[in-house]
Amino acid sequence: MTEHVLTYMTFFPLAGMIAVLLLPSSKPNLIRWTSVVFTIPPLLLGIWLYRAFDPNNPGLQFTEQVPWIPTYNIQYFIGVDGISISMVLLTALLSFICIFASWGIEKGVKGYFALFLLLDTGMMGVFVALDFFLFYIFWELMLLPMYFLIGIWGGPRREYAAIKFFLYTLFGSVLMLLAILALYFTSDPHTFDMTVLIKQGASYSTTPLGIWPFDSLHLRWGFQHIVWLALFVGFAIKIPAFPFHTWLPDAHVEAPTAISVILAGILLKMGTYGILRINYPMLPQATADLAYVFLGALGTWNIIYGALCAMAQKDFKKLVAYSSVSHMGYVMLGMASFTPQGINGALLQMFNHGTITGMLFLMVGVIYDRAHHRDIEGFGGLAAVMPVYTGISALAIFASMGLPGLSGFISEVLVLLGTWQKYPVLTVFAATGVILTAGYLLWTVQRVYLGMTNEKYKLMPEINTRELFTMIPLGIIVIIVGVYPTVVLDLLRASLTQLNQVIIPHLG
Amino acid sequence: MEHPIQTDYLRWIVLLPLIGAALNGLLGAQLQKRVGKWLISIIACAPVVIAFGISAAAFLKLKALEPEERFLIDHVYPWLHVGSLSVDVSFWVDPLSAVMILVVTGIGGLIHIYSTGYMHDDRSYWRFFAFLNLFTFSMLLLVLADSMLLMFIGWEGVGLCSYALIGFWYHDHVNTRAGNKAFIVNRVGDFGFILGIFLIFWTLDAQGHATLAFREITKNAALLQGQMLWGVPVATLATLFLFLGATGKSAQIPLYVWLPDAMQGPTPVSALIHAATMVTAGVYMIARLNAVFSLAPETLHVVAAIGAATALGAATIALTQNDIKRVLAYSTISQLGYMFLAAGVAAYAAGVFHLMTHAFFKACLFLGSGSVIHAMGGEQDMRKMGGLKKYMPWTFWTFTISVLAIAGVPGLAGFFSKDEILWQAFSSEHGSPWLWLVGVVCAGLTAFYMFRQLFMTFFGECRADHHTKEHLHESPKVMTLPLAVLAVGAIAAGYIGLPAVFGPNFFGHWLEPVLGGGHEEHASAALELGLMLVSIGVAALGILLAYLMYYKKTLSPDVFASLAGGVFYRLFDRKYYVDELYQKVFVGGALKLAAIGVWIDTNIIDGMVNGTARLTVFVSWLNGLFDNYVIDGMVNAVADLTYWSGGKFRKVQTGSINGYLYVILGAVVVAIIIKLRYAG
Repeated sequence: MTEHVLTYMTFFPLAGMIAVLLLPSSKPNLIRWTSVVFTIPPLLLGIWLYRAFDPNNPGLQFTEQVPWIPTYNIQYFIGVDGISISMVLLTALLSFICIFASWGIEKGVKGYFALFLLLDTGMMGVFVALDFFLFYIFWELMLLPMYFLIGIWGGPRREYAAIKFFLYTLFGSVLMLLAILALYFTSDPHTFDMTVLIKQGASYSTTPLGIWPFDSLHLRWGFQHIVWLALFVGFAIKIPAFPFHTWLPDAHVEAPTAISVILAGILLKMGTYGILRINYPMLPQATADLAYVFLGALGTWNIIYGALCAMAQKDFKKLVAYSSVSHMGYVMLGMASFTPQGINGALLQMFNHGTITGMLFLMVGVIYDRAHHRDIEGFGGLAAVMPVYTGISALAIFASMGLPGLSGFISEVLVLLGTWQKYPVLTVFAATGVILTAGYLLWTVQRVYLGMTNEKYKLMPEINTRELFTMIPLGIIVIIVGVYPTVVLDLLRASLTQLNQVIIPHLG
Repeated sequence: MEHPIQTDYLRWIVLLPLIGAALNGLLGAQLQKRVGKWLISIIACAPVVIAFGISAAAFLKLKALEPEERFLIDHVYPWLHVGSLSVDVSFWVDPLSAVMILVVTGIGGLIHIYSTGYMHDDRSYWRFFAFLNLFTFSMLLLVLADSMLLMFIGWEGVGLCSYALIGFWYHDHVNTRAGNKAFIVNRVGDFGFILGIFLIFWTLDAQGHATLAFREITKNAALLQGQMLWGVPVATLATLFLFLGATGKSAQIPLYVWLPDAMQGPTPVSALIHAATMVTAGVYMIARLNAVFSLAPETLHVVAAIGAATALGAATIALTQNDIKRVLAYSTISQLGYMFLAAGVAAYAAGVFHLMTHAFFKACLFLGSGSVIHAMGGEQDMRKMGGLKKYMPWTFWTFTISVLAIAGVPGLAGFFSKDEILWQAFSSEHGSPWLWLVGVVCAGLTAFYMFRQLFMTFFGECRADHHTKEHLHESPKVMTLPLAVLAVGAIAAGYIGLPAVFGPNFFGHWLEPVLGGGHEEHASAALELGLMLVSIGVAALGILLAYLMYYKKTLSPDVFASLAGGVFYRLFDRKYYVDELYQKVFVGGALKLAAIGVWIDTNIIDGMVNGTARLTVFVSWLNGLFDNYVIDGMVNAVADLTYWSGGKFRKVQTGSINGYLYVILGAVVVAIIIKLRYAG
């Protein structure tokens, strides 16, 4: 069992999908509980994995490697290291929680849970895949159910949102596929094996191609840089980095609560994960050359721009969506610093953002289910009616604000600290984000929770047990990581140190 | 100093209030309903009182040690270790933090007890105490933290509690707006603080001494010298960043604007957070990092100038306020200005001394005003008060003592500490007569507006309406007793730090290992005494004017109000229009930028995305046309041609063998003729 732990974690949900499809659609509760049953094993295995994972080993662990399509040298190759373990755990946890958050889905229950479980497999697969071909399969596998989950179970403008999401992502996928093929055909013998490609990494050409406009930019735009950029655009759409971010607010607003949680909690991380997993070790020179502009400066811009856009939103969910744009900026910025603090902070921020934003979307979902709107101005004084809900919402909001003692603070301060050494000016700009964030979040707290209670919602029922059950585990993680960050940081350190060592020699 | 004494009990000073906060925060609503408010009170007050006991024990332990060995540490657990950054959760007590924890737990404990009376009728009694305890926890964390990053946690934690308690009565948006303002303005300060931390960390890291622990920073501060960033010495830049943080928390120019609005919170909160403890955090931070600040004379000049300007500006605003708590709020800003003035002339001990005495008399004043508000049924306008001394003697006498103390009447605490600052402002190597002059003018203004308040509130005819008058009463013992203790402190606290001309300065000596020796060179005892007499005279003048205007009423305040066409009065009354300016520039500016961001998203980016989509649709349409007419046209044309020619050629294929034979024969004949003609 233990040597196939990752396979089980990845494909249990797929088995769940088959089970769900075999059930009669007339029994929605049976379908729901079956989905629960099939997401519990990955969660339990995840806990086991957390304990069994050797944090001092920077390399890959729990690997499984078997030939799959030998003609093209394609393998079934999976494993985890410090870069992916936190994401694997996050995926297992959020998938489990989101089944409960989906309890209220009444339309097409069977289809919904089947697609959800398929999505689950796709997500897990992306984080464990070590073969490029396999990675791409999982990447696309996840796209399809997402499209339908937004497009069928979404809000009024679901079709626009779903198509926008699909096209944006597909555009990125195409560029990514081209880059993957380029790397495949330059390798000798041709291989999709990421570990092999990484070993060849340093040898990719950086000789200028002499193509306009690249040669006129006074940058060393070689093969490596072109491939880097193609991969980057594919990943940047997922992050989402400015200017590829406008699918996110639409998708979030239209998606059902649980899908928003998955979208923000896990899908966005695939962008930055991909960059760390692929761009960094495989194309180290290009990374060293391009990180400042495409990750550092753009990340800073994301922080400020996302926060400003969030401030202008009237829709609660859209506000949270834009806050994600802002918070993912910290990840980009931290990655670009190549300091231990910055890069550890970036990966920790990915984990923290998953839990915190998960809570924020669940929080919006609670009142949306009751009031059937998300207009910030349309609420008011909920604290008097729903004190428990207000308390747990406050926890999520203050964590998002980076309040010390909660997890968001640790990662933000590590990112900013790490960045200061390399780019003090960027850090000063990025740090203004903490002021803007406090501004839009407190303003929201004031309008939604404080003040006189809106007459319409005087009798709004308090948060129920199921909803509490979805938020409390995340809240506990937020506090634990804030007080004792070692629980996560220890997992990441060794692998990230090694990754950093790959890039540092290439820095000018 | 090299081998600090390890202990394992300091953590309880910090943890006990946290436990109280957690119990009341999670279970308080139920406990209050099922058991009663008395249990909430015990859960809230006991931890602070016990923490005071532990603090006192730690103090006595320190006192028993040799001055240079006065240092206790409690290492709790490793917290954040990444790369060269290593920060632990550990607490330390040295002479400076010992003074602070005694103030926080001592005065804080009294305010907790007072609050059980003041807040007794509030529905959310439990919530109040949960936050008050959480505040005490954060403040103690701030004070006891052994590193800058841990201090920052407390620093933001007190900000959170301040926000939650200002907006405690959240039904009214006036309160919630005040809370938001406090938090966001403080975030601007925090922005500076955190950048200061980064700069110090990396500069020391580059020299091979990566650390954020105060003790290490103090030891290695000299390494900051000679380092430059952006053409500015690192020590100067870092201390300016840190000072920005201090101006936020301690309500100095330019970030003081939140404190007057913070008076929206319950009055015990104003006493504890916005007078005695949290707002002094900036002074404490500078004192804590005095080794770094002393390396940056430019910063010290800025600190002194800002301190003096704030002291003066806030004192002038206080002259015109009619809200009993707002007068005290501006007075607090002004007094904090004094403390920064002291820090700016490198007289850190004098600043901390004033911090401590101020904690006594200002807490007493706020609690006294709370007692008044309590009795007046929530009324805060002094114009509707008056003559209260006969109704509430305890409140009156304790309030009077504190007014005398803050006004700088000789013999009380405020006199000694303020005078020490004025003397240092004059005589220190960083000082100047101008700073002294501003300080003395402020002393006069302070005496005036405090006595104005005293006369308006407690003397003369009672101007309250009939209904209020009937309900006037002295507050319960649980409220007056803390007042009495604080009033005693407002008298006695000064005697531990006597001016050099009068006797030994215990306080200065106590802090010497941390803050360095004062300026004991005794420039001239006569000069010191002379300056002292000037400040006493100015204070007396202020008191006299207040007496004539508000007690005797022989001098009309309008005489002054209409000076220079009333320009000054309007400026003071409208607080120099700073709120309006900030609202327009910063809040308006941020909202404007936000709107621009959204415009870019909807019009430019989505415009391009949707435009691309539309273009694709258009191109497919064109493509369709092309397919229909050009490609299909060609295909059809070929087909038509084939069909047509097929029709024509069909006629050739008659199916008659004779016809074919004739054609073949004819062709052969033609071929032979051609062959014969050309072959030859």
